[in-house]
Amino acid sequence: MGRIEWAMWANEQALASGLILVTGGTVAVAARFKGWQFAAYAIVAGVFICLLEYPRGKRKKGSTMERCGQKYLTAVVKVFGPVTRNYYVRAILHAALAVPAGFLLSTILGTACLGIASAIYLLAAIRGEEWNPIEQKPQERPQVGGGTIKQPPTMPPPRPPPETRKKQPAEEASQENPIPVTIEVGGVGR
Amino acid sequence: MGNWVVNHWFPAVVIAAWLGLNVFLFVYYFLLFDRDKKFYYTRVLLGSALAWARASAKCLNFNSMLILLPVCRNLLSFLRGTCSCCRRTMRKQLDHNLTFHKLVAYTIALFTAVHIIAHLCNFEWYNDSQQAADGSLSSILSNLHQDEESNKWLNPIHSNSTTPAYVTFTTIPGLTGVIITVALILMVTSSMEFIRRSYFEVFWYTHHLFIIYFAGLVIHGIAGLVRGQTAESLNKHNPEHCAQDPTHWGRKNKHSHCEEPEFGSIPAESWQWVLAPIVLYVFERVLRFWRSQQRVVVTKVVVHPSKVLELQMHKKGFSMEVGQYIFINCPSVSCLEWHPFTLTSAPEEDFFSVHIRAAGDWTENLIDTFQQQKPKTPRIEVDGPFGTASEDVFQYEVAMLVGAGIGVTPFASVLKSIWYKFQHADQCLKTKKIYFYWLCRDTGAFAWFNDLLASLEREMEESGKAGFLNCRLFLTGWDNSIAGQAAFNFDKDTDVVTGLKQKTSFGRPMWSNEFSAVATAHPRSVVGVFLCGPQALAKSLQKCCHQYSSLDPRKVKFYFNKENF
Repeated sequence: MGRIEWAMWANEQALASGLILVTGGTVAVAARFKGWQFAAYAIVAGVFICLLEYPRGKRKKGSTMERCGQKYLTAVVKVFGPVTRNYYVRAILHAALAVPAGFLLSTILGTACLGIASAIYLLAAIRGEEWNPIEQKPQERPQVGGGTIKQPPTMPPPRPPPETRKKQPAEEASQENPIPVTIEVGGVGR
Repeated sequence: MGNWVVNHWFPAVVIAAWLGLNVFLFVYYFLLFDRDKKFYYTRVLLGSALAWARASAKCLNFNSMLILLPVCRNLLSFLRGTCSCCRRTMRKQLDHNLTFHKLVAYTIALFTAVHIIAHLCNFEWYNDSQQAADGSLSSILSNLHQDEESNKWLNPIHSNSTTPAYVTFTTIPGLTGVIITVALILMVTSSMEFIRRSYFEVFWYTHHLFIIYFAGLVIHGIAGLVRGQTAESLNKHNPEHCAQDPTHWGRKNKHSHCEEPEFGSIPAESWQWVLAPIVLYVFERVLRFWRSQQRVVVTKVVVHPSKVLELQMHKKGFSMEVGQYIFINCPSVSCLEWHPFTLTSAPEEDFFSVHIRAAGDWTENLIDTFQQQKPKTPRIEVDGPFGTASEDVFQYEVAMLVGAGIGVTPFASVLKSIWYKFQHADQCLKTKKIYFYWLCRDTGAFAWFNDLLASLEREMEESGKAGFLNCRLFLTGWDNSIAGQAAFNFDKDTDVVTGLKQKTSFGRPMWSNEFSAVATAHPRSVVGVFLCGPQALAKSLQKCCHQYSSLDPRKVKFYFNKENF
């Protein structure tokens, strides 16, 4: 398993854990179980984790499929710089977030799953992976002539008016024409 | 709409039947647990959460039974073989096995969520009932038979000072429930399409957690914590009548005589549902292992351009049909991984071959291992062959074969087989005409297929059947220099890219033109359309199949078949 990026799987697992925390928390709060305050915390933590994990990071090798509409959250997550880029921080953060939810049965499943996600993030961090945002690529202008034309002509057609054209040969003549050259106005094929 | 029905009626029927069974099971058991007198007192403690939990449990059992069946590929292959008398449409449906497996998996996840939420409520309310000291019906019921040796209690929580979490982790169903749910979640997150396509090994190894899932599922119901009133007790104690006056139970009374109710557990029944599929699956794995132990001799290794490795092999007793695939394991690369590859040789040849393209960790390591040219070739294990849609190609009068990029491999086998059948003048060949479309991005990958097409062209001309096989090649990744060359060499006899007589077209084919041309040329035939390629292409081909099929059974009909791994 040489080139697996563990962070990709950790990301899926953490996202699932966030959803599970929200679900378990909602059940406990709605039915007013004992200790429902932990459930309220779980809902908040779950939402936070979902928002943090929704934007998928860029794979080192190959192209990465974006999740639908993730670019708005990518912009937000990117702002935090090294805090969100580093996977050690994420591993510790998830482990810490998981602990309070472990005190209530409804959210304990979320704790277990988040704990596993944290462990996978730790593995990813040890292997030197980082979260890089998926940038929108600027539209590339299509190359003219398949790249064979190195210096496209700078003067666009149509040519400048005949007055300036007539002047140029007289000033910049680099050779003596043996036969006099006449320039016709309104050339061929126009 | 009519065309969709013609092409898809069988899977629609299967899905409808499966959905119907799920709904029936859920509703039937929900009503049973919600209405039956046996569970009257259980409902006093738990409300309708009991019915939700039990109904979803039944559906979970049903779906857990079904989920192993679509992945028994040897069994499916056997069914395909024995169904050769069956209509073509029935056998085609076995292609959809992985889709069905995923559908059942999502259903299991859904019912698991329902089941867990219901049981969260159950544990909480059992605990509340046990701790309540207000003389209510719930607290009286909870205290019944608690300190006796007999197993007649109703409330599984026997202590006044515990929490639902503690109960969960100290009872068999609670603990097994948590374990199998975590296993299920890990299986689901690692099988997301993105992870599966990019990091197959993570998916493959994590998916073996299903062993824990099934083991836990069978053990889950053993403790019998869900209880109902025993039949014997119901005779002496009618809940509807006696529930009004719980304080007088067991005492002689002028008006009524109600004994204390006694409860018994519902026996565990998951094992009854999943035993047969587990046995079938174990048999399937044993069969795979036994087949893999048979010796495979690698007779020839060829490295083609664009990092494509061809392996020609020989195995005693191996017989294949056109377009089948095998699973390959190379112990020196990885002991436990099996990867599927389509066979590119024809059944008439005395070896079987695969063309492997570098597309991930395992394939790259395999190609490196063979490129190193060690004195002893690495050992290869083979399981298969397994059948997919291409087997049917000779059953259609007219066949349209579409291969995109490396997806041309099954059709390599088909075309070679045609060549051999022609050489032996096989009269029982139903196919009268084959249209072959190869879509490819770059010319490098053409190389190994080129020779085959060139020799086929020659063969067709020599035997005077030049019209049988119509090859259209489409270069989708062209640029100006290639187009320039093609324009320059327009008048030449052979194509500048492939060296074949048939000219290469540039860009993607216009399928509506192709389909209407085929429909016009064969107005009364059944045309099979076979694709091995990306999903987007499958969608457009399927659309064209629907569009150009006529509902009149005597006129032209297009059937779509897709390879999937």
